[in-house]
Amino acid sequence: MRALVLGLLLSLAAVPAWAVDPSEMLADPVLEARAREIGKGLRCLVCQNQSIDESDATLARDLRLLVRDRLSAGDSDRQVIDYVVSRYGDFVLLKPPFKGSTYVLWIGPAVIAGLGVAALAVYFRRRRPAVAGPPPPPLSEDEKRRLDALLEDRPRR
Amino acid sequence: MKRRLLYLLPLAVFLVMAVYFVIGLQTDPRVIPSVLIDTPVPEFDLPAIEGREAGFSSADLEGQVSLVNVFGSWCIACKVEHPFLMKIKEVYKVPLHGIDWREKNRQDGPDWLAERGDPYTLIGDDPDSKGAIAFGVYGAPETFVVDKTGTIRYKYIGVMNQEVWDTTIWPLIEELRKR
Repeated sequence: MRALVLGLLLSLAAVPAWAVDPSEMLADPVLEARAREIGKGLRCLVCQNQSIDESDATLARDLRLLVRDRLSAGDSDRQVIDYVVSRYGDFVLLKPPFKGSTYVLWIGPAVIAGLGVAALAVYFRRRRPAVAGPPPPPLSEDEKRRLDALLEDRPRR
Repeated sequence: MKRRLLYLLPLAVFLVMAVYFVIGLQTDPRVIPSVLIDTPVPEFDLPAIEGREAGFSSADLEGQVSLVNVFGSWCIACKVEHPFLMKIKEVYKVPLHGIDWREKNRQDGPDWLAERGDPYTLIGDDPDSKGAIAFGVYGAPETFVVDKTGTIRYKYIGVMNQEVWDTTIWPLIEELRKR
């Protein structure tokens, strides 16, 4: 039990490892912070589910350096990202942009959730009259007798 | 009857999804469509490799239909592709330019070519991926077909072979030459 708790605590303490090498970093901490922010959003095309900041691939390293070169040359974050996208396409963005070809991706889940909620609403609305509605009339003498008979017939445990 | 059909709805949804999954499984996630097709070759200017005078820059791509091949002596697939590049030079005589990508030592690329034969008209040395990134390259080999105006018309990812040459690349080159 103690080991389990310890393991859980340790797993919380884990932080993602960055591949950014100290020698790559910019002297200016503001620029470096911007470079990190950009790097986190760019996909490494060699190991496709890592960002260029996380990847040890040489191409990721060269892209990190390119981002830093461009920032140092005075590019805005937007310009740097646009440059990389103009070479590699939207696929290089870990967060896909909101545009014509990705509407289905972004809106699809909400639409499906909406359909689900609508289906539930219809279901419960249809069901309600059976549950609520006016109380049924009391049993007649005849019905009571039949009910008693049925209960008598019930096999005993 | 209507209610019965409703029970089939999940199955129908599943089948539609299954079709998409099958398509998804059969496409290679490593092949990413290039956004550079039908756009001018990006600006680049690479120095010469050891033993050559001329480097390779975007200006060199104007005037005739040519191929640009990204390679490296470290790249196993490039070794496989190399004999076919020699054939392009000797049989098809299409100008074939090389981007020598990310050699560990400056001498590695030239040595590699000296040993195997040099199929390239012009070669640019690209130790820090400047050229490769300009072309949106993420692996080697990759080959681009560039037309007379310096516009990228086609990109082939991986080892070129006779089949893709005969069915796609050569017909495209002949077509572009007529324009």
